Order: sequence, then C-alpha cells, then structure tokens
Amino acid sequence: MSNTQEILEVNNVFKVFGSAPDKAMEMLRNGASKEHVLSETGQNVGVFDASFSVKRGEIFVIMGLSGSGKSTLVRLLNRLIEPSSGSIKLKGQTITNLADKDLLNVRRNDMSMVFQSFALMPHMSVIDNAAFGLEISGVDKKTRHERAIEALEQVGLGSYAYSRPDQLSGGMQQRVGLARALANDPTILLMDEAFSALDPLIRYEMQGELIRLQKEQERTIVFISHDLDEAIRIGDRIAIMEGGRIVQIGTPEEIMNNPADDYVASFFKGVDTTKTIKVKDIAQTSALTVAVNQHQAIDFSNNPNEFVYLLDSNNKFVGVAPSTVNGDLSLESLMANRITPQFSVNGSTSLKESISIVSESPYPVPVLDDKGGYQGTLSKEYVLSLLANN
Amino acid sequence: MIDVSFLDPFQQLTIPVGEWVEAMLNYLVQNFRDVFRAARWPIDQILDLVEGVLSAIPPLIGIILSVLFGWQVAGARMGVFCAITLTLLGLIGVWEQSMVTLSLVITSLFFCVVIGVPLGILSARYDRMEKTIRPVLDAMQTLPAFVYLVPVVMLFGIGNVPGVLVTIIFALPPLVRLTNLGIRQIPADKIEAARAFGCTPQQMLVKVQLPLATPTIMAGVNQTLMLSLSMVVIASMISVEGLGQMVLRGIGRLDMGLATVGGLGLVLLAIFLDRLTQAMGERSNASGAVRWFQVGPIGFVVSLFGVSAAKQQVVKPQPKKATQE
Repeated sequence: MSNTQEILEVNNVFKVFGSAPDKAMEMLRNGASKEHVLSETGQNVGVFDASFSVKRGEIFVIMGLSGSGKSTLVRLLNRLIEPSSGSIKLKGQTITNLADKDLLNVRRNDMSMVFQSFALMPHMSVIDNAAFGLEISGVDKKTRHERAIEALEQVGLGSYAYSRPDQLSGGMQQRVGLARALANDPTILLMDEAFSALDPLIRYEMQGELIRLQKEQERTIVFISHDLDEAIRIGDRIAIMEGGRIVQIGTPEEIMNNPADDYVASFFKGVDTTKTIKVKDIAQTSALTVAVNQHQAIDFSNNPNEFVYLLDSNNKFVGVAPSTVNGDLSLESLMANRITPQFSVNGSTSLKESISIVSESPYPVPVLDDKGGYQGTLSKEYVLSLLANN
Repeated sequence: MIDVSFLDPFQQLTIPVGEWVEAMLNYLVQNFRDVFRAARWPIDQILDLVEGVLSAIPPLIGIILSVLFGWQVAGARMGVFCAITLTLLGLIGVWEQSMVTLSLVITSLFFCVVIGVPLGILSARYDRMEKTIRPVLDAMQTLPAFVYLVPVVMLFGIGNVPGVLVTIIFALPPLVRLTNLGIRQIPADKIEAARAFGCTPQQMLVKVQLPLATPTIMAGVNQTLMLSLSMVVIASMISVEGLGQMVLRGIGRLDMGLATVGGLGLVLLAIFLDRLTQAMGERSNASGAVRWFQVGPIGFVVSLFGVSAAKQQVVKPQPKKATQE
C-alpha cells in the first residue's frame, strides 16, 4: 500500500443552490463571480470550482469558517448533495456518474460519515447503532454484531454495547458514531465537524484517539473543521476554504510559512507557531559530526565548534563530546569523554515541547528521528532568536 | 329574462348543491347499491371475528387477561388499574354491551390503522398529497355526523357495519395527521445519517422513520380510539348496538338511570383504553437496557424458571469507563 497513491480525486466541482442552477452555471463558466451570480440570478453558489485529491492513508482536513461551503463540499463527495458539475473519482470509479443503485453501494462500502450532531438512532441500542451500516447492507445479525463489537472496542466502548445512546455522554456518543462508521470498514471516512460539539477536553482526547486509529489502520480520512488548532493537530494536509472556494492546499507548515493570501494569513495570526513547528524542520546542520567507526585522523584545527556529535555507521547518534578534550582529539578519547547526562529531542515534537530540554542541556540539543538517527541540533541562542522573530 | 337584483344577487343566483347531492345519491342508490353492499363484506368479517372472540370470553377470564396485558406493557399499577375499571364495568351490569362497543371500536381502529398509517406515510413523503388530503380530513372531522348518517344508511343499510363505517370516517383524521407529523418531525440529521449509510427509501421507512415516529403514531391511535368511542353514541341512531344504544334508549324514554349507566360504561371503557394506549405509546418512547422479557408477567415467569439465555444477552453497563468522560 503505497503512501502516495491518490484515492479520491475531485475535479472542478461546483454546487449551485437554487431553482435555476443551469443559468448560474453558464455564468460561472463565463467567469462570473459568486457575488455577481447571486445578485443577477438569485442562485447561491455553495462550492466554487473545487479541485483536490486525497492520498491513501492521509488525514485531509477541509477548513473554513461557517458558510464557507466545507460541509456542502463533504456532502458532494458521497452525493448527499448532488454536485451541479464537475467530477469526483474514488479509486478510479467516477462517483458523479453512478446510477442510484451503485451509489448506494458506494455509500455502504466505501464512504462512511461521522456527523457533528452524532445522529445516532435513539430507538436502537449502542451495538445496533454501531451495526447500522452493516444492517442496511444486509449483513446477517451474528456477523454484524461481531463486527460492531470489534468497532466499539476500538473506540473503547465495548462494555456499553447494550446501553441506549441517550445514556451516554456526548463524547461517548460520538465514539459510537465513529464506531458505526468504522464497522463498515470504509475506504474513506468522512467526518463533518465530528468533534465540534464536544467540550475542549473531550475534543482533544478524541483527536488523539483519531490520530491513533488512523495510524493503526491506515485510514484515509476527510475531516471537516472550523478549528485551526484541530486542523493543524490532526491534518496531514489542509485545504482552506473561503466563500465556497478552496484558496490553498498544503501541509500545515507550508500554509503557515507561505499563506496564499491575506485571508489565509489572518487565520494563522493567532496561532502559537511554536506549537506547530516541528523541530526537525528547523534543526541546524552546521554542528560538527564525527562518524565513530572511521579510522582516520580527525582534523580539529580551525574548529569553531565547542562540541562534537558522535555518530555510528547508520548515522545513529551515540553521544556528544567537548571538542577540546585536553588536546587529545583521538576518537577513543572523544568516546571516553562523552558528556552525561545525554540530552536529545525527537524531530517530530513541536518547538514548544522541546524548549525546556533545550534550556536544560549544556550543549546544543541533538535532534533525532524515531530510530535515533541524527538530524541536526538546536542551540539555545538559535531557539531564542527564532522566538524573538516570531 | 332573469331579473337580477344587484344589491342582493343571491335571491336568484344560487348553486343548487342540495339538489345535486340528492340526485347523485339517488343515482348511486338505484344503480350501485349492490356494490356498496359488497363493500360491507370486509368490515363484516373483522367485526364478526372480534365480536365472536370478545363475547366468548367469560368476564373473569377477560379481566385476568387484560390485567396481565396491562401489567406487561406498563407495569403492575396498570394491571391494578385494568382490574378496577373492568370490574366496575361488570358491576354496573354493562359487561355484555361493553364488549359489543369494544368490538366496534377495535374493528374501526383496525381499519383506521390499515387506511390511516399508509395515508400518513404518503402525505409525509409527498407535499402535494398532504395538500390534497388536508381539506378532506378537515371535512371528515367537522362535517356533522348526522349529515352522512343518512346517505350511509341509504347505501349500506342499518346495523353495526355501517356504524363502524361512520366511526371510521370520524376517527380516521387524527391518525393520518399524526402519522404525517410524526414522520415529518424526525430530526433531519437522522435522515441524513441513514442516507449516508446507503438506506433505500424502503429501509429508511422501516428502520428509521416508522420507529422514530412511533410515539406520535401511538398518540394518533389513542386519539382515534377516543373519537371512535364518542362516535358510538351517535352511530347508535342507525341501530348500532352496545353502550351507545343504552344511552340513546335512556334518553328516548327519559330513563335517566339507563342513560347514566350507559354513559358511565362508556367513560370507564374510554379511561381503560386511553390509559392502555398511552402506556403503550410511552413504552415505545422509553429508553433503557431493559427488554420486554424482563418485565411484567413474562419477566416474572422468565425469572421464576431462571431462563439464563435471556440474561446473558443483556450486558449491564459497567462503571469502568466512567472516569474517562
């Protein structure tokens, strides 16, 4: 399963609400603006020329303020709302041309949706709610209950299978909503402001849960949100919408560092960038490194660095030593003089989380990847200058 | 030349509705009487069946059965309530007439449900249907029963069957209206969720709309029952038997005792049916992990014999996760 495979492709999708969408579409094709169409024809443009693609296994966040068309856009994907024009392809199959029956099959097998309002069935127990999609698909009772229990256990609600939805708290109800979507084992998960109705603590917890589930199961998720912190936390890529138009698509860092216009920039104004910047992206690579298995003379003349970072043959970090070890610069003496305790930070932690380590460490902190590979260093001075410019 | 007064044109200009109706009725009676007579058949069958069963059950067995039923659907208090009302019915000496009235009411309820619920579903689905059907329902509810008693007698004759027919006309509208309302007021997000998971329109109806509308539909059933009971007295004018007949005879003879006993019987029956259907409506509304086989007499028997299969199915929520939320 390659990570770059595109699973969902959306091309030039428009949605016009109103009694005469054809006329409005004609005007849009001739380059009229949304406002112009509204004042001329009274037709409201919900989504304006949306194009994007979602890769297998990524969380794609569509973000925008209310009224920006993001909820409409996600409903166009499974045609809960019929697009006025444009094409949507899922795994190469063109959704927009499907006959009703095939569309039902896509909804049953390929796309599951989680709703802001949970939308659980109050007359069904939790397990029947979780099994709802399977029941609709005609899966027999025994199988669907087994799969529903499995899905409920994934979201930590296994012991509540026979409760009623109204006996659960909001967060737990949305877990049921998530389990209902997971039980179908869909190709793609559509989440429409799924956590917006939850209080902040539960929301944070659910975001963590979603990230965990996504990592475990390689789920492809399209997530709608109006909350920038949420989008940055869970999104691999973010599409920002304004007035029915997608104004920018990119990773959180890309968008933050290169906002397409003032609107996007204004979104990020209040954001604490130290929370979103990953240290691997800012690590300095100017520090002196030495591969410890090399049996060659080390030339430390003209060495401006105070410290030497020792790496093994796999570029793995093994220690730091001062570069002026009593004049003895042999590899053995460097290894023997490694500074303890050792400090390091993981490259995928945020700058904010790393600041305390950076400040404690007597030397610039080495930045390592998950396997311990050396990626660079962070010095106190450098971090301070970053913070000052922020 | 017609002399039309401009200030009071209605002296000369009138629509002869009365004559038209009369002419049409005469035409129908002369040419289609047999057709209408044939239409009596299904009502006749159901009425005979229900009346046969109800009058064959001895009062004591009837009371015991209804107590068990009341206990099952709404708990022990309902059982006691059923016992009291039905015993009183027996004690004031109107058991037999009550059973006749009850069978009339049940028969008309049966037909009201068979006709009314599908009509309600259709008018919830199609706005045009609702618009068409609404004035008809208004007419059915407001047209004085005496107006259609005569044509019904001319076309169908007299007796219990035409009595059921006029009762259906009068009692049907609330069921149609409340079924329509019940389905229309289902939150849009539930419908959207059902669509998102690939429901066909039929699955939507059976698995989502009807279950969610059940409490409202049960309120409609309750209203239909109450209206049926109130119609029974008027229907007794076309020789419908039962409690209504007692009331009518009492009034005719100025026998206040007889009329009061009949009226009291009707009230007791109404209270009995009202509470029972209301309790059933609340039950369909109720939530909780308790299943039907765990309560009432059936639950009692089940627990007596220790049928463990029933218990195993129900996993009580454990307070384990409580700390998380």
